[in-house]
Amino acid sequence: MALAKITSVTGRAVNVPGNDIDTDRIIPARFMKCVTFDGLGEFLFYDVRKNLDGTDKPHPLNEERFKGATILLSGANFGCGSSREHAPQAIAKYGFKAVIAENFAEIFFGNSTTLGIPCVTASREDIAKIAAATEADPRAEVVIDLVKLEARFAGQSVKIAQRESARDALVNGRWDAIGELLDGRDAVKATAAKLPYLAA
Amino acid sequence: MPKSLFQKVWDAHTVRTLANGQTQLLIGTHLIHEVTSPQAFGMVRDLGLKVLMPHRTFATVDHIVPTDQFVEPYADPLAQAMMDELRKNCAEFGITFFDRASGKQGIVHIVGPEQGITQPGTTIACGDSHTSTHGAFGAIAFGIGTSQVRDVLATQTMALGALKVRRIEVNGKLRPGVYAKDVILHIIRKLGVNGGTGYAYEYAGNIFDGFTMEERMTVCNMSIEGGARVGYVNPDETTFAYLKGRPYAPKGAAWDSEVARWKSFASDPGANYDDVVKIDAGDIAPTVTWGINPAQAISITENIPDPATATSVDEKAGIEEALAYMKLPAGAPIKGTKISVAFLGSCTNGRLSDFQEVAKFIKGRKVAPGVKAIAVPGSQIVALQCEKLGLDKILSEAGFEWRAAGCSMCLAMNPDKLVGDQLCASSSNRNFKGRQGSTTGRTILMSPLMVAAAAVTGQIADAREVFHVANN
Repeated sequence: MALAKITSVTGRAVNVPGNDIDTDRIIPARFMKCVTFDGLGEFLFYDVRKNLDGTDKPHPLNEERFKGATILLSGANFGCGSSREHAPQAIAKYGFKAVIAENFAEIFFGNSTTLGIPCVTASREDIAKIAAATEADPRAEVVIDLVKLEARFAGQSVKIAQRESARDALVNGRWDAIGELLDGRDAVKATAAKLPYLAA
Repeated sequence: MPKSLFQKVWDAHTVRTLANGQTQLLIGTHLIHEVTSPQAFGMVRDLGLKVLMPHRTFATVDHIVPTDQFVEPYADPLAQAMMDELRKNCAEFGITFFDRASGKQGIVHIVGPEQGITQPGTTIACGDSHTSTHGAFGAIAFGIGTSQVRDVLATQTMALGALKVRRIEVNGKLRPGVYAKDVILHIIRKLGVNGGTGYAYEYAGNIFDGFTMEERMTVCNMSIEGGARVGYVNPDETTFAYLKGRPYAPKGAAWDSEVARWKSFASDPGANYDDVVKIDAGDIAPTVTWGINPAQAISITENIPDPATATSVDEKAGIEEALAYMKLPAGAPIKGTKISVAFLGSCTNGRLSDFQEVAKFIKGRKVAPGVKAIAVPGSQIVALQCEKLGLDKILSEAGFEWRAAGCSMCLAMNPDKLVGDQLCASSSNRNFKGRQGSTTGRTILMSPLMVAAAAVTGQIADAREVFHVANN
């Protein structure tokens, strides 16, 4: 299973500010009553984006000028709470290809990496700089460079960081581990044989 | 070299190191439910794979089941579709399914321990963040996403980086009316909603030594609310006594050898920890949340925070956002806040002892007029145990609706939902915006007895006063 080597993501960005944005907010539970992930994109941030009658609330994703953005900016502890992969799936299906935040909740980070969505961290000040550039010109392109670990935008450059195991997996095209896990079949058998509770 | 339980279990289940430096970790027990498994089975099929160890995979249905409708098809066709899908997948791949007809259905984190499937020294994964519950038995239990559910189905392993270990010692004496729920809410309040990111929490100290398994489960359950993916308590005689005789527990000679093996996984004296936190049990009061994440909590005697006295820009913004959503006045006592709904249940507090404690105090009292109160046992077995003891009658006579087992109003994927901006006193684990099924619904987390106190007074109340707890 050949996977793309994700060395960089280039696109317009939109800032969804706030700390502790939980996965219930990213995709409310009622939209998880589904047996596929198709169609989750339209429900991204639904309850903070839409009124009960389906009309728009003020929200960055509802602003025409940010339509087509592929990089999501946010605050600290992004993706906390539920382990639902529906959250990064909704983010991806909406059209985002990467997230820049101050830091990420553990399970969300892993789920996103497995889907090939780089989650990179930057300081609050640097995220504010990207957000300001995007605010000034929503069409400005942001480059997330996973090799140089920097984000470039509007003639500026800021440092970004990513856990090395995730960065390695993305840039080398092994972010979905299933192939490698299957290759370890014999080693799995050997380990399992040493654990009595796994006997059939 | 002395090792922690986490290190020992991790080492025993390490298959190999992957190219990116992560570990291929063997997952001994895989628990699945209807919400996060259908897509995983779809991926397994698409890749032409099979379930590697169906005998180590156990299913139940919990998130979407109605608690007041027993006969299928369910009124909600989407819920029925998920039910059908799980049934089909379990049949096709030969997986044990604790369906409602089995009499063993319930919230996945209640069913595993109840059946004796959850055991010390094991690795457990489930597509649900509250999988940390199983750590109460000295297991390392991970909440995972659907792609990892696929990985575990197909390979019985997943790719993972090792965690750091923080030992949290709670010593001293808990005051009357203070419960395991207060202990974990207090810990999260102190360490923060993301204080545990990158850590496994080892809970220790004389408080945990003296806790029952149900109390340990309540604490481990909410580890993730403090950002820790894994939380555990070292296995001891309390653990073994709980497991003995359960359907999936070892039997006969195997029991003795397994107990010996389980003991060997407990953290060694002198084990190295990345961090140690000490908490005095006497500092813990009945605790309630006032905001929109579980770290936004205060003791029942404290006032709601005021953004004007915040010590940082972040804290100020956090308080303002939370109070705007919660519609609570800054600086006012939390006590006396009117409620509309009382919810007893969830994987945090939906076990026998939770209902026993409430029944003991609520007997002869009545839910306040205008308050909708529901009691949802965590499993069919918990329901039966309660019914045998007549707890369902005591709760019903008090004005609680006695429902069938499921996750219910913890996340409102079934018909049990808040309406509009109703405020709910809840024994569940999350107070996120919209969590209980209404986009403007409000949640205040607390112990079951505090929920009962709120129910009978119609407002957030101090259970110690309402039920004269100190005198009992």
